Amino acid sequence: MDAVFKALADLSRRKLLDELRKENGQTLSKLCEHLDMTRQAVTKHLGLLEKANLIAVVWRGREKLHYLNPMPLHEIYERWIGKYERHRLQALSDLKKGLESAAGRIRSGGQTKTKNQKTK
Amino acid sequence: MQKDQFVYVTYIRTTPEKLWKALIEPEFTRQYWGNTAQESEWKPGASWHMKAPGDLLTDSGEVLEIEPPRRLVLKWRNEFIPQLKAEGYSRLTYQLEKEGNSVKLTVIHEIEKKGSKFIEAVSSGWPHILASLKSLLETGESLEETREWPSEACK
Repeated sequence: MDAVFKALADLSRRKLLDELRKENGQTLSKLCEHLDMTRQAVTKHLGLLEKANLIAVVWRGREKLHYLNPMPLHEIYERWIGKYERHRLQALSDLKKGLESAAGRIRSGGQTKTKNQKTK
Repeated sequence: MQKDQFVYVTYIRTTPEKLWKALIEPEFTRQYWGNTAQESEWKPGASWHMKAPGDLLTDSGEVLEIEPPRRLVLKWRNEFIPQLKAEGYSRLTYQLEKEGNSVKLTVIHEIEKKGSKFIEAVSSGWPHILASLKSLLETGESLEETREWPSEACK
């Protein structure tokens, strides 16, 4: 579990996971297109994510495809979140999303800048 | 890419032989996979079914490749949700590799289609089932909420 937290404690690595969340099964070259990092840096970050089992790798011919592997995060979730809390958490999260997007619409319709939009 | 696919990897402290049994034998699957049981002759070309309590056919397909205790590939179609059934057959691969005292289990589920509702549906179910399977093999107990077929799914 240490490897998982260590791997997650880095903005670039979280960005890589975000990219895979958007489009699963990308090659190294494809991942490099979206990120402002050298190929070597991306390779290193992917290696750490793979070691932590946050990324699963599948070879297709000569292509190495990277997939987001939710299993370690699911284990963390199982450990600290009980089955009765799930539905309440989902309800709260839906409420938060609903209110924040409504607030965003109101703000962007008015004068104030929608600064909070990018926090996700 | 013309298909939807996900790949899940989990490490389980067990042997490939035990994990293999746990993946296909009703005595095990009933404990961690919503009280379901699979039926097949487990040889290439054999038909494959999964049933929930009350003889509800949940999924069906065919054994495409089988190599105990290392690799199993199934043709797989949902049978009880019309919208998912309409998407046709998907392909499920289990790969078991011994790594030290553990087995690396890779589960690949894919369908030749973009934006598949089926893949979306199973992608959220698998982590739960696999976590429960891991718990069963490592501690002797599955996760409680995975032991019964969810009543809201039986529509």
